[in-house]
Amino acid sequence: MHILLSLSVFSGFALLVGIGLAFASRYFHVEGDPLADKIDALLPQTQCGQCGYPGCRPYANAVAALEVDVNHCVPGGERTMLQIADMMGVEPKAIEAEETAPVVAFIREDECIGCTLCIKACPVDCIIGAPKQYHTIITDHCTGCTLCLEPCPVDCIDMLEVPETLEKWAWPVPGTERAKVGVERKHQHEGIDV
Amino acid sequence: MFNLLHTIKHALHLTPQSHAFRGGVHLSEFKRTATKASEQCPMPRVLMYPVKQHIGQACEPLVKVGDRVLRGQKIGKSQGYVSVPIHASTSGIVTKIENHIIPHPSGMGLPTIFVEPDGLDEVDESLIPLPNYRSLSPVELRERVRIAGIAGLGGAVFPTFIKLLKDKLHSIETVILNGIECEPWLTNDHQLMLEKSHQIITGLDIVMHMVGAQSAIVAIEDNTMDAAFVMQNAVEDMKLSQVIKVEVLPTIYPQGGEKQLIQALTGKEVPAGRLPIHIGVLSTNVGTAKAIHDAVCLGEAMTERLVTVSGDALPSPKNMFVRFGTPVCFVLEQCGLDSCDDVNIIHGGPMMGEILRPTDIPVVKASNGLLAMKKATVMASHHEEEPCIRCGDCSDACPAGLMPNLLAMHCKEEQFERAENYQLFDCIECGACSYVCPSHIPLVHYFRFGKGQVAKIRREKVFAEESRQRSESRDLRLRKEQEEKEEKRRIAQEKKEARAAALAAQAAAATDVADEALTETVSEKPAPTPKAES
Repeated sequence: MHILLSLSVFSGFALLVGIGLAFASRYFHVEGDPLADKIDALLPQTQCGQCGYPGCRPYANAVAALEVDVNHCVPGGERTMLQIADMMGVEPKAIEAEETAPVVAFIREDECIGCTLCIKACPVDCIIGAPKQYHTIITDHCTGCTLCLEPCPVDCIDMLEVPETLEKWAWPVPGTERAKVGVERKHQHEGIDV
Repeated sequence: MFNLLHTIKHALHLTPQSHAFRGGVHLSEFKRTATKASEQCPMPRVLMYPVKQHIGQACEPLVKVGDRVLRGQKIGKSQGYVSVPIHASTSGIVTKIENHIIPHPSGMGLPTIFVEPDGLDEVDESLIPLPNYRSLSPVELRERVRIAGIAGLGGAVFPTFIKLLKDKLHSIETVILNGIECEPWLTNDHQLMLEKSHQIITGLDIVMHMVGAQSAIVAIEDNTMDAAFVMQNAVEDMKLSQVIKVEVLPTIYPQGGEKQLIQALTGKEVPAGRLPIHIGVLSTNVGTAKAIHDAVCLGEAMTERLVTVSGDALPSPKNMFVRFGTPVCFVLEQCGLDSCDDVNIIHGGPMMGEILRPTDIPVVKASNGLLAMKKATVMASHHEEEPCIRCGDCSDACPAGLMPNLLAMHCKEEQFERAENYQLFDCIECGACSYVCPSHIPLVHYFRFGKGQVAKIRREKVFAEESRQRSESRDLRLRKEQEEKEEKRRIAQEKKEARAAALAAQAAAATDVADEALTETVSEKPAPTPKAES
């Protein structure tokens, strides 16, 4: 008798909770994938495609769906990788490609034939020009993705290193032995081989 | 009874037993140049004007190579709001405009205007003296302060005119004249108060008129009592003792910091991330007050400042009025230094200043002191960093009430979010924590590193957000174009089909007619002609 009572109490409770959850999933349904949104917000939005996906959002979706590792965003660097790993609750993994200095594209205008192919390739719409007119790049908006290099038929686009300006200068980390030890230990903690 | 209460209140207010802000350190003073009468620095062979000598946007050069400029002539036009123009500090010919190194820890350069003096020192008289400033509107005076190129001479070089605003939302009750020179070695503010007390008080009066303040406090530390007497006499001479009060505070570093001084004088704390104006206070340095007096009453743009030239490597340290643009090495030579090679030159005070590597750097608006120190002295103060022993001395010394050891740890391990949670941005970089640290940890250096990195991360975030929007709007545009194309194609397809259907119907009708003709049955009605849809 007692067994029956307890069984009925618990199954009744489970049923109630189940109904509640069913309603909740219907009425509090969120469109899209909130995790992918969060990951997308961490990515540098260069839209460069170095991760093998056609932009930052698709990569974020893939990471959120556990289809791909967290270490494929090259321009995001180690910091972004660590943040994503932290958010996904997975082990951090070193990025295979080497980190490079930030670059921006620059068109040598006297060689440009005005074919508009690079304009179509630019993922952030920062090349201006018209057919048979010189094209130019809005340097402030260029993400340095290099996607415009490949379609250019006359190879008139250079990738230039962004010069360090006084406004963007920042103090380097103190160069004491202790600071180096701190950085090494930090890497040790995070399981990255240096 | 009332009298007794009043006396107690008065006594409590006027004789603060201890400073009101927490922390602080007592430093050795080394004020070798104290009470040495100021001298005028001779004219160098070339003057250099970097296009930015203040916090904010850089100026654009207004002159060309070969132009003749006069003393006080505007040679750099300010770009943007947080900016003040640059003036030539003597008459001469512009010889070149090119990138030149500036006094900055990065060692980077800025476009710099080089002027070769002609020795005549002719003055540009386009600014009319306005001695009756009380009858003028604050707006007019504010514009004068701006075009005279005045930036705060206490060290931060923030454009002064921005602060001098009569704001309806935040009315300013008290103006604080900062006569506290808490950095060791430096004596320029002290000397300026001894020599130009009347001009300084007039400048303070102009500021009070501009912001509509009813009272002012001249703050002086008890290691410069002579300046306090001179300032008190000047206030009484000018019959302003009703509104201007001279207060003497016990000496402690960093009492000259704006927020610390306001707390020490009024007991009010400037909230984190806010400005003194939000608690009804405005503070200005004595040098700035004198510059305001010169700009308004004499019509002179800011072209020189009093600089303490001192240090243990200098045979004859001095307080000198140095024109902006004078090379640092030239100034040191005037004090008997033979060669700039085997000394370390500190720009500013020893606590907050920085070591300059090359010496052909010009004196700028921020240069309150130039210290030539023996290399051995500087090296002796450099120690290997040792582990933190959690003694807590840094927290006791911090005037902002922070925990420097934890902050430094988070900055070192690049945990910038945590550092921000520990109020990294409330650090005023006074160096009190680094000074007391028994493990010689360069705490302030870590905070500067952390602040720079946080700023960089914020910039990157903003850029990423912009890029994302651009990318999204591009995707949207492409999708729209695609849809439009498909829509057009669909319409064309429909038209084509309709036309084909019409043709087919016509053909069918024609065959019908032919059939009828073939069967030779004459019908009364004509064959229906199908119409195209459009």
